[in-house]
Amino acid sequence: MEVKSRVYNNVLYVVLSGELDEHSSSYARTTLDELLARSNFNQVIIDLSELEFMDSTGIGVLIGRYKKLKPRSIPIYICNPSTHAERIFNMTGLYEIMPKIN
Amino acid sequence: MKTNNKMVLSFKALSVNESFARSTVAAFVATLNPTLDEITDIKTAVSEAVTNCVVHAYPKKAGEVSIEVKLAGDMVYIAVSDRGIGISDFEKAKEPFFTTRKKDERSGMGFTVMESFMDRVELEKNKTKGVIIRLEKKLGKVNYRVVGG
Repeated sequence: MEVKSRVYNNVLYVVLSGELDEHSSSYARTTLDELLARSNFNQVIIDLSELEFMDSTGIGVLIGRYKKLKPRSIPIYICNPSTHAERIFNMTGLYEIMPKIN
Repeated sequence: MKTNNKMVLSFKALSVNESFARSTVAAFVATLNPTLDEITDIKTAVSEAVTNCVVHAYPKKAGEVSIEVKLAGDMVYIAVSDRGIGISDFEKAKEPFFTTRKKDERSGMGFTVMESFMDRVELEKNKTKGVIIRLEKKLGKVNYRVVGG
């Protein structure tokens, strides 16, 4: 999997591409945590348009990042999930803590 | 006419094999001409089942995972089995958000995802040790008539 990012107008924009499963989750966690440790943004948008596969491991990764940013009051938004990712998000209530935006 | 078909896959319980396992099962099921949604349902469920083996079954040394897939008509039967430490409470394991590994950022949603994407999910004890996760899915349900309508 690959994690691409850029900061624009205080927004950290992250694109996750490839497959997010148990195998790639540690790379995703480490890479995201390095990006989130910076202080040049006040909100995060995670774009899933290039994510080809995700299972419930992805939920754990996303909720873990939410917990890390919560003390800093920085919101995370999700955009462009696949139909399947969306079904997993809906069954876990993820959008309640990471709203979906277009 | 569709004939019955079967394949068996066996590999070491390593996370690097997850992608291989779900893609191989998907390629085999593809002989029934499923929709892209059905293929993704099956890939996701297989990924959850294999992840369960990788994460929980063998805490010390990675053992073996085997997957048997049977195709009969429009039915897909998948059995993912390990010979690991087993699951002490099947009902608890199936509960949404239940995980024994909260610290590892696990969602505890594996079985819920399998149940949502497949028609039937059963957990059973493997003969000597370990667990068998049985997954069933009927393909082409969109085209089926409503029984009793």
